[in-house]
Amino acid sequence: MTAHDTPNAAAHGDTHHGDDGAAHGSRRDYIVGFVLSVILTAIPFWLVMSGTIENKQVTAFVVMAFAVVQIVVHMVYFLHMNSKSEGGWTVMAMIFTVIVIVIALSGSLWVMYHLNTNMMPTMTPEAMKNMP
Amino acid sequence: MSTANIIPEAETTVPSFYLSDDADHAEGGSTMLGFWLYLMSDCLLFAMLFAIYGVVGANYAAGPSPKDLFELPLVALNTAMLLFSSITYGFAMLSVQENDKRSSLIWLGLTGLFGLAFLGIELHEFHSLIEQGATPQRSAFLSAFFTLVGTHGLHVTFGLIWLGTLMAQVGKHGLIPANKRRLMCLSLFWHFLDVIWIGVFTFVYLLGMLR
Repeated sequence: MTAHDTPNAAAHGDTHHGDDGAAHGSRRDYIVGFVLSVILTAIPFWLVMSGTIENKQVTAFVVMAFAVVQIVVHMVYFLHMNSKSEGGWTVMAMIFTVIVIVIALSGSLWVMYHLNTNMMPTMTPEAMKNMP
Repeated sequence: MSTANIIPEAETTVPSFYLSDDADHAEGGSTMLGFWLYLMSDCLLFAMLFAIYGVVGANYAAGPSPKDLFELPLVALNTAMLLFSSITYGFAMLSVQENDKRSSLIWLGLTGLFGLAFLGIELHEFHSLIEQGATPQRSAFLSAFFTLVGTHGLHVTFGLIWLGTLMAQVGKHGLIPANKRRLMCLSLFWHFLDVIWIGVFTFVYLLGMLR
């Protein structure tokens, strides 16, 4: 990530007002990001549309793995995330957000899954009649 | 009386409890960080919508399931439109860095066209879903689907309005520092929407078809 800071450091020297810390990408960055994104999008679509992998669970995991990789590609090549922009505060904010998202998402899915599997059978009308 | 004479000058003046010297900060110096924090809060909003979809996404209420409704080729086309608009926005930002007003306006215009194509395809999809009776009221799955995908579409709509406004601004005032800053913010916003779309097409469409 430090590699793309050096070549255009001189190029945007005159427009560098204050320390905006916003990294700018080069044309190469955008093209590499675009090509990677196209590949990382096409493969999961092809996997699902053609059903190449028999096992649906395996397909789902592969598709999710491709999504995670593509999100990272977008952050590096399109959003120009690096640990130095804004004195590291953008990365700190993102880490905090990711932690909150992981807790909220996994927590919701976990709790609601157990709620469904444990509560639903007892909620049938027959079972309700036997309730104390 | 004699003690009063040795009190230093500084203590007799009005004390100040804040930094009065903040001349170092250029105008808009904190805009990018502030906008990034907004994006993170927007990210939380989408995460909650994803959580809702994850929880109720399989409650069809004996209605249509993703397999009956979604057309993957259309979704793939939509994804391509958003990806193209991302790269054209990237090229617009490169032109902005080179202070090339004409080419940056052309790239921004192309971005707008791809964005409009994306919205058009999405509205077409929504229209055909509603025509089949798969309205948001039909089942919890469809409520969650329309809320999640609709919120993303609404973001793209506002992004397009913002894009049009900035194109008019650049056309009138040129690539002044304030406009460059605004274009940087919209750049983050636009690429962020593309990142959210990766989540949408993976979790809603692709995994929906696998169920």
